Parts: sequence; structure tokens; C-alpha cells
Amino acid sequence: MDTSKRAKKEYDQMVKKASPNSPIFSNCLKAFISGGFICGFGQILLDYFSKSFKEDEAALLVSVTLVVISAVLTGLGLYEKLGKHCGAGTIVPITGFANSVVAPAIEFKKEGLIFGTGAKMFILAGPVIVYGTFTSMIVGLIYYFVGR
Amino acid sequence: MNAKKIGKQTVRLNEGVRILAAASTVGKKEGEGPLGKYFDKIVEDSTFGEKSWELAESHFIQENMELAVKKAGLKMKDIDYLLCGDLLNQCTASTFGIMNFQIPFFGLFGACSTMGESMSLGAMLIDGGYANHTLVGASSHFCGAEKQFRAPLALGNQRPPTASWTVTGDGSVVLGRKGNFPCITEITTGKIMDMGITDANNMGAAMAPAAVDVLLNHFRDTGRTPQDYDVIATGDLGEIGHSLVVELMKKEGYNMDESYTDCGIEIFDKNKQDTHNGGSGCACSAVTFCGYYYPKLMSGEIGRMLFIPTGALLSPTSTQQGQSIPCIAHGVCIEGCGEKGVKQ
Repeated sequence: MDTSKRAKKEYDQMVKKASPNSPIFSNCLKAFISGGFICGFGQILLDYFSKSFKEDEAALLVSVTLVVISAVLTGLGLYEKLGKHCGAGTIVPITGFANSVVAPAIEFKKEGLIFGTGAKMFILAGPVIVYGTFTSMIVGLIYYFVGR
Repeated sequence: MNAKKIGKQTVRLNEGVRILAAASTVGKKEGEGPLGKYFDKIVEDSTFGEKSWELAESHFIQENMELAVKKAGLKMKDIDYLLCGDLLNQCTASTFGIMNFQIPFFGLFGACSTMGESMSLGAMLIDGGYANHTLVGASSHFCGAEKQFRAPLALGNQRPPTASWTVTGDGSVVLGRKGNFPCITEITTGKIMDMGITDANNMGAAMAPAAVDVLLNHFRDTGRTPQDYDVIATGDLGEIGHSLVVELMKKEGYNMDESYTDCGIEIFDKNKQDTHNGGSGCACSAVTFCGYYYPKLMSGEIGRMLFIPTGALLSPTSTQQGQSIPCIAHGVCIEGCGEKGVKQ
């Protein structure tokens, strides 16, 4: 079979034509609705906690509650089923972050508490933490020099 | 050059090597698929009573190989060589699965083409006079493969429409010299083909050129055409890879008609089972051949079959480093019993 550069380019075009794309519109719609639902639920929690706590404490409690719910759903194998349909809707909110920590923690349990769960827990969330922290530093610096 | 070699990439086995028995053991999802009733054993528990998926795969191998030898009416001590492989790092599923057998062993890695590779080499060992019986096979496990190559199972991500579903199970055959059994007559060994595809979620597209290369060389070396076969089955190209093979072969002047199918299309019902592009993994072609095609070759329903397991030889590291996906395919020509096939 011809493996020249030209043939590879032609083949790439053939592959693009033969491979179905993800249904972007319906994926976006489902993500919008499910993500919105999670955020709306967060707001209900915030209103509830605000009755008995200070604002920053109430916000913290909202995050904690959502994380716990997500972790439990992940452990029960339900979050993956939600994620299949909701996509970015369940990945982007803090629930997705919790899922990305708990999922590898469970998966690598067999390799032991240290080299398994402990070491692998952040294989997905690690980059988010690293670059999240880094970005906040940059934004903080800009704010320090420009924003004040 | 040896007279057994014909053309560039094909060998013709002088007397043919018989496939004395074939056994297939699969997981729950495979059992629920359209081929469910053809498999010897369906295991509902994804860990097969073991403490990890990796050990579960070894369990699949052990039980299924024992079954294959039993079906052939032989004992483990009658087997001269064992050849098999899987997808886990360093092929540990195979080594843990077969170690109690205490049979001289060649461990193979051909990714999902391993069944073709093991059948090829097992048949050559017999034809070369180095063995009377060989036991060959291939296995994979959905959970173990996802863990090693993709993301944790409980992660809530979406699989793209081009992704395929790794088959859980083991397919093994016993090869020998004599008897009225389906016969391996020719072997066309593939070379590495890499058309620059980098998307590890589109393996069918990456592997299709490897299958095409084997098809072209097989037809050139033997002087046959696709119409000389009752069945041509590639390993795990799925819907996308299958359509690309048909298109590429058309460009080369060959008409791949309805006799051409892919084990990855046959094994799952993609609409009911949500398997997207189709089945994949070493076990995809292995169990489909052993469970579905072997009995048809045995009964004479299939006269001549070209079986081409296909493999994507990538690793998580090569993918992360942005390398394209080198692929391979192994062609095995099998003639069935009865009038349509080889004269025994």
C-alpha cells in the first residue's frame, strides 16, 4: 500500500469523512441544562446555609456538600452514567472535580494505599490544581500592579 | 528461498495445519450481544471471583485454555508449545494465566492482532516439524484495558462516536497435524503500517491500512481475489475501519463484497449495546473466530475464510508524546471441512 506523504494526506481526508462527529448541539444543550441544574442546586444550598452561617462559611459549606454528593455518586458508579449524558455539564462544576479525584482513587485501590490510591488520586485533578494555582498567581500579580 | 514461501509476505503450509478445537469464554456484555449463544462460557462477574481485573483476565485465559485442550480430546502434557498474548503491560495476564500449565511458552504482543500472530506462529511450528500440538490464543479485559490505556471507569466523561469497546474474554485454539478439521493453509504476515493517525479514540481508522496491506499482499501472493473467499473477517476495525478498508481496496481495484465483515461489527449490537464504533481488543477477533466462525468452518458452511486480526501498537506513553499509531495485521487463510473446503 502507498504510504507516501500524499497518500497519508489523502487518507486523512478519507478518515475525516468516514468518522462521525460528536453531536455538538445536543451535547451543548444537555451540558447547559445539567450544569445549570447543579449551579441552581448550589444556589438553593447557599440560601439555606446563609440562614445560619456567615456568607463565606455558607459558600464553603455549599462546596463541601456538592463534593460529598459527587464523591458518593462516583463511589456508587452513578456519576459515570450521568457524565455520559451530561458531558461538560457534570465535568465543569466542582462536582466534576470531585469525580476526577474519587474515580482514580477507587480504580487504583488494588495497587495499595500508597502507590495506588495515594499516588494516583490526582492524576486527573493534579494538572487542574497546578495550572489553577499558577493562573491565580498571574492574575494576582496583574491585579497587584494594575488593578488597585 | 524455501518452497513454502510464496510471493512477498505469504507462506503456504505444505500439508496444512488442522485446528483441532476452539474455545471461547467471554464477559457479560459479550454474552448479551448478537453472538452470545455461540460462546462456550459467559462469565457474569467482571472480576471472575478474583481480586483485580488483571487477575480476572488471567482466570479467563486459564479456564478457556483448559477448555480448548479438553475439547480437542487432549491433555495439557500433549501440548508442545503454548503461544498467547494480551494487552496488559508486559503481557502479565498471559503469564499469570498459563504458568500452572508448565508448557514451553512463547509470549506474544501484537496488540489486538495477537490471535492472528499466535495462530500463524503456532501453525508454522507444527508445519516446520517442531511440534505436534500447539495451544494458541489471545485475551483482553475491558476494565483492565480502560485502566491502562484510557481513564478510570468511574470518571464521568463521554466516549466519542469513533471509540470502540474492548471485548472481555479469551479465545484459544488447539492446532495439530491430523484429522478431519478446518485447516490453516496460508499465512500472510503483516508489516507495520502507519498512515499518520494520532487519534487513539479512532483505532479503526488507524488500523484499516494495515488490514488493506495484508489483503493486497495476500491476493497478490496467492493470485486470488476477494470473491474466492466465503468469509473475509478483519479483527476489530469496527464500522469506520470496515468502510475505510472497502474504500481503500476499491481504489486498488478490488471489490470487497458482502463476504467481507469485521469481528468488531459482529460481536456487539452497536445500537442496543452503546458500543459506538464496535468491539476491539485481542479477544474481539479471538472469541468471534473461536465461537462463531470455527463451528461454521467445521460444518463446511464456510469453505474458505481469510481471518485478519488487526492491532494498534501504541502505548499510553507514545500517545502522550504525540506519536502516530503504528499498526499491524496478520492474515490467516483457513479452509473448512466438507466439499467446499480442502480435501482432507
